[in-house]
Amino acid sequence: MAETLKLEIVTPEETVYSEVVEMVTLPGIEGELGIYPHHVPLMTQIVAGELLVRKGNVETALAVGEGFAEITGTHVSILTDMAISSAEIDEAVAEEARRKAEARLEEKLSVEESAAVHASLAHSLAKLKVKRRHRN
Amino acid sequence: MPSTRDIRRRIRSVKSTAQITKAMQMVAASKMRRAQLSALAGRPYATLMNKVLAEVTHHAGDFNHPLMEVRQGDRRAVVLISSDRGLCGGLNSNLMREAGKLDKDKTVFVCAGRKGSQFVARTKRKLAAEFTYKDTPLFAEARAISRFVQEMFRKGEVDHVDVIYTNFINTLTQKPERVPLLPLGEIRAVGAGVEGEDSSSELTKGAVEFLFEPDPANVLGALLPHYLNFQIYQFLLEAKASEHSARMVAMKSATDNAKQIIKDLTLEYNKLRQANITRELLEITTAQMAMGN
Repeated sequence: MAETLKLEIVTPEETVYSEVVEMVTLPGIEGELGIYPHHVPLMTQIVAGELLVRKGNVETALAVGEGFAEITGTHVSILTDMAISSAEIDEAVAEEARRKAEARLEEKLSVEESAAVHASLAHSLAKLKVKRRHRN
Repeated sequence: MPSTRDIRRRIRSVKSTAQITKAMQMVAASKMRRAQLSALAGRPYATLMNKVLAEVTHHAGDFNHPLMEVRQGDRRAVVLISSDRGLCGGLNSNLMREAGKLDKDKTVFVCAGRKGSQFVARTKRKLAAEFTYKDTPLFAEARAISRFVQEMFRKGEVDHVDVIYTNFINTLTQKPERVPLLPLGEIRAVGAGVEGEDSSSELTKGAVEFLFEPDPANVLGALLPHYLNFQIYQFLLEAKASEHSARMVAMKSATDNAKQIIKDLTLEYNKLRQANITRELLEITTAQMAMGN
């Protein structure tokens, strides 16, 4: 029996994913991280992007937002503000959100607003990336 | 002895009161469902965040963050999370009782919700700031409160920050609680409505050192404020869920009471009406008998 990892992805709204998997690839702040069982304990920030989960021979892709990942030899806990599997992403809606966010960036924004706009832009870009790559 | 007209008038007024309380009960019930769901949905995130933070601060070595600094003083800021409106049973008075236990001279209040600031003003305590939050609390509102208390703490205006809020247990039970927020010196694995898991303490005992990417200062620098923001957000959600639950229960018992009063009054009214009829009949027959003779 192969070694496994317990992967938990939690957003403020719900526990999105909680399963035993074999490998996780996540978008760390300093580049992609591939996590196998027995990884050294690691705490990192993650950025909006694509998260890949391998379980058996099936690979699932999720779009995640900014957050934190805590990694130990046996489990990976991810705290993020968004997590959505590629099947649930609506490309048209994401595209629309991206255009809106880009349009908003042209305006003059307060620090607070521009942070929100940047976050929503990053979210929609991550969604689009995941959706387009796993279209087939 | 009230006349039948008086009783009729009273029945009418009690009826309209019952209608209002019934409507409020319905509104509170639907809001309650939503508020409860979002409060419960936030708990896994809060639990996990607590666990992560407990482990991380344990393994961060001798790294120190301004928000973790434990100071000797006893000046205290209290974030008092109350409701904006009354008519929700003992919810706010229980909260205020909890707040009243604190030393008047060494405590400043940061209020969220109008009832709290009214209490502070009435009892002549110190009010540092007043925030509002909507029926469905927004993360931005929580962030504003959290920023403010972090600023106070960093500047050294206060040495401790506590939160007083109503913990939502279930529809019938809500418990006012005071929990420490800052300093994050020793993080207790207890947060908004969440008991820390035992497994986390076992893990912390193992002497594994965490790696940090990019480095502890950056990760903790981002994690700690986010933790506080989220914690406050969760407190707001819990408080809202409690408020709507308490209001629903209070309004339900008010409606029940009104119905009971209507029932009693109707009985009395009918008795009186019957007595009147009997009296009139008696008068007529007596008059007839007098005439007949």
